[in-house]
Amino acid sequence: MASNYLDFEKPLVELEAKIQELRNFMEMKDIDLTDEIERLKSRTTTLREEIFSQLEPWQVLQIARHPERPVTLDYINLICDDFIELHGDRQFGDDKALIGGIGTIGRMPVTIIGHQKGKTTKDNIERNFGMAHPEGYRKALRLMKQAEKFNRPIVALINTPGAYPGLGAEERGQAEAIAKNMMEMAGIDVPIIVVILGEGGSGGALGIGVGDKVMMLEYTYYSVCSPEACAAILWKDAKEAKAAAKALKITANDLLELGIIDTIVSEPPGGAHKDYNLSAQLLKEEIMKEIEFLQTLSKEELLDNRYNKFRKMGQVKEKVGEIVEK
Amino acid sequence: MLKDFFGKSKYVTVERKSRSRRDKDRIKSNKEENKREMPDDLWTKCKRCKEIIFNKKLSEHLKVCPSCGHHFRLTATERISLLVDDQWFEEYDEELEADNPLDFPKYDSKINKYQKKTGLKDAVVTGIAKISGHKVSLAALDSRFLMGSMNSVVGEKLTLAIERAIEKQLPLIIVAGGGGGARMYEGMFSLMQMAKTSAALKRLDKAGGLFISILTDPTYGGISASFASLGDINIAEPGAKIGFAGPRVIKQTINRDLPEGFQTAEFLLEHGMIDKVVKRSDLKNVLAKILSIHDLRGEDNGE
Ligand SMILES: [Zn+2]
Repeated sequence: MASNYLDFEKPLVELEAKIQELRNFMEMKDIDLTDEIERLKSRTTTLREEIFSQLEPWQVLQIARHPERPVTLDYINLICDDFIELHGDRQFGDDKALIGGIGTIGRMPVTIIGHQKGKTTKDNIERNFGMAHPEGYRKALRLMKQAEKFNRPIVALINTPGAYPGLGAEERGQAEAIAKNMMEMAGIDVPIIVVILGEGGSGGALGIGVGDKVMMLEYTYYSVCSPEACAAILWKDAKEAKAAAKALKITANDLLELGIIDTIVSEPPGGAHKDYNLSAQLLKEEIMKEIEFLQTLSKEELLDNRYNKFRKMGQVKEKVGEIVEK
Repeated sequence: MLKDFFGKSKYVTVERKSRSRRDKDRIKSNKEENKREMPDDLWTKCKRCKEIIFNKKLSEHLKVCPSCGHHFRLTATERISLLVDDQWFEEYDEELEADNPLDFPKYDSKINKYQKKTGLKDAVVTGIAKISGHKVSLAALDSRFLMGSMNSVVGEKLTLAIERAIEKQLPLIIVAGGGGGARMYEGMFSLMQMAKTSAALKRLDKAGGLFISILTDPTYGGISASFASLGDINIAEPGAKIGFAGPRVIKQTINRDLPEGFQTAEFLLEHGMIDKVVKRSDLKNVLAKILSIHDLRGEDNGE
C-alpha cells in the first residue's frame, strides 16, 4: 500500500507503518495496545487533514497524476449502473483515449463523454495516456449531437495531459476538431456538466470543456499549458515547474476564485484514490444536483447563461477617466 | 471583488466616427517604424532563398520575395492597409490593454517592451473596414507582439469584432497569425478566450453571418484550435506554417524527423483543412469575389 506514496505523504506513511507494527506486536505478544493504536490513528487523521489543507499547487498536481487515481471509466461504472459504451466518429476511427456512451444516473438518462487514461503501462499505451486524436473529439461531438436529439443531459469528464501532438493528429486536423467542439458545445441545447477528474491539460481538455457548470475535483489541475512546458519556455529550465505551477494558478481553489470554474467537488481524505466509492458518490451527488437545476431552465435561458458565462471570462485594463473621442 | 471586474463596462464598445484620417496617419507611421526594424535599413535577406532584397523592392512586392515567392510576415497595420480600400479603416477598442490578472512574474515589463516595439497595445487590431466596397468587421493579429498569442485583450477584442459583425450584419474577416497560441502569462484566462471566441462564432453562424478566416504564418495552438479554424471559408497564404502542436513538440513526441512540407498551407489544403491557398497579391481580389457572391448588406452598407 505504501509503495505509491508522494513525498509529502511520508509522515503519514510512517505513522501507518507504526500502527501496523503495533498491531503485529499486539498479536504476537498478546498485549493490549488498543489505546495506543487509537491514539496514533487519530493523530494520522489530524495530520492528514493538516497536510492536505495546505498543499502546494505542485503537490496537488502530483495527486492529480497519481497512478492509482480512479480513471474516467471507474467513475462511470460507479455512477451509472447501465453504461453502454458507443464507439467511433463515423469518419475515420475509434479513439480509445476519448470514450463515450449512454446510461442513467439515478433515473436520469445521460450521455457521458470523457478522456480515458490507463493504469498499467500496457493499458496506458492502448489509451495513448489519455491524449486524444481528432477522431476522439469528433466522436465526442457526434455523441453530444445525439444527446441533443434525444434531449439527454451531457456529462463531460476531463482527464488528459493534452491533445496528442503527432503526425496523424495534425493531418486529420487536431486544431479544427477542438475548435469545432467548442463552437458546437456553445450551441447544444441540453444541459452540459463538465468535470475535471484529474488533469485538465490545455486545449485538449477544453475540447470537451464548454458547458453550463464546470466542476473540478478537489485535487486536480486545469492549466493553459503543463507547468513543465511553461518552465521550459519561460525560465528555460523544466526544474522550475514548481514555480510555474504556482504562477499559472491551476488549482481548483485558484480557479474558483478567478471565476473560471463553478464548483469544487470534495474528495475522500488523502485523495480520490483512497476511496473510489466515496469519491464517485460525492461526484454523483453534485452532478445530479446541477442537472436537476439546469433542467428547470428554458433552452433559451440555458444557452444565454452558457454564453454569458464564457463571455465574461478574461480581465483587461481600461484607462479610467480617459476622454473618449466623439 | 472579482465580480465587479467582470462588470458590464467590459462590454461597452466605444463608437467613434470619422477616424480614418488619424488611422491613415497611424498606418503610415507604423509602416515607417517597421521598416526601421528590418535587420538593415536598406536590405533584407530572404529566409528561404537567401537572396538579398532591397527593402524598397520588398515593399513594392507586398513583402513577398521577388525571386522565390516567400511570404514575409506582415504587421497588423501592414495587413490592414494591404486589404482595405484607400486606408478605409475605423479602429475599435484600441484602448484595451493587458492587466496581468495573475500577477505573473515579469509580464508587465514584457507588455511594456512589446508595446514600445510595435506601437500597439496588444497583439490584435480590430475595426470596421471597406474591402472593394464591402463593409466588413475586420481583425488582424500581429505576430510580433508576444508571438501573436491570445490573452484576455485579444480574446475580448476578437469577440467584440464578432459581436459587431452580428449586430451590424457585416461579414467578418479575421487574419490570424500567432505562433504563441494561448498566452501563458494570463493562465486559464487565456485558454478561456478560445471558448469565448468560438462561442461568439457560433452566434454569428446562427445569425447567418459570413466568416472568412485567413491563416498566415505562423498559426498554432490556441489560435489554430479556436477561431482561426472556424471560417465558413478558410484561406491560407502560401508556405504559411499552420498546425496544432509545434513541430519541436511533435518531433520530441514521435522521436523522428517530420516529413518535408509538414504543417504548411499546402499540406493543410492537401488534407482538406483549408479551402484555398491564395498568394498575397491575389488576396484582396479573392476576398472581393467571395464578398460579392455573398453580397451581405449591412445596416448602412449602401452608401
Ligand atoms: Zn526568397
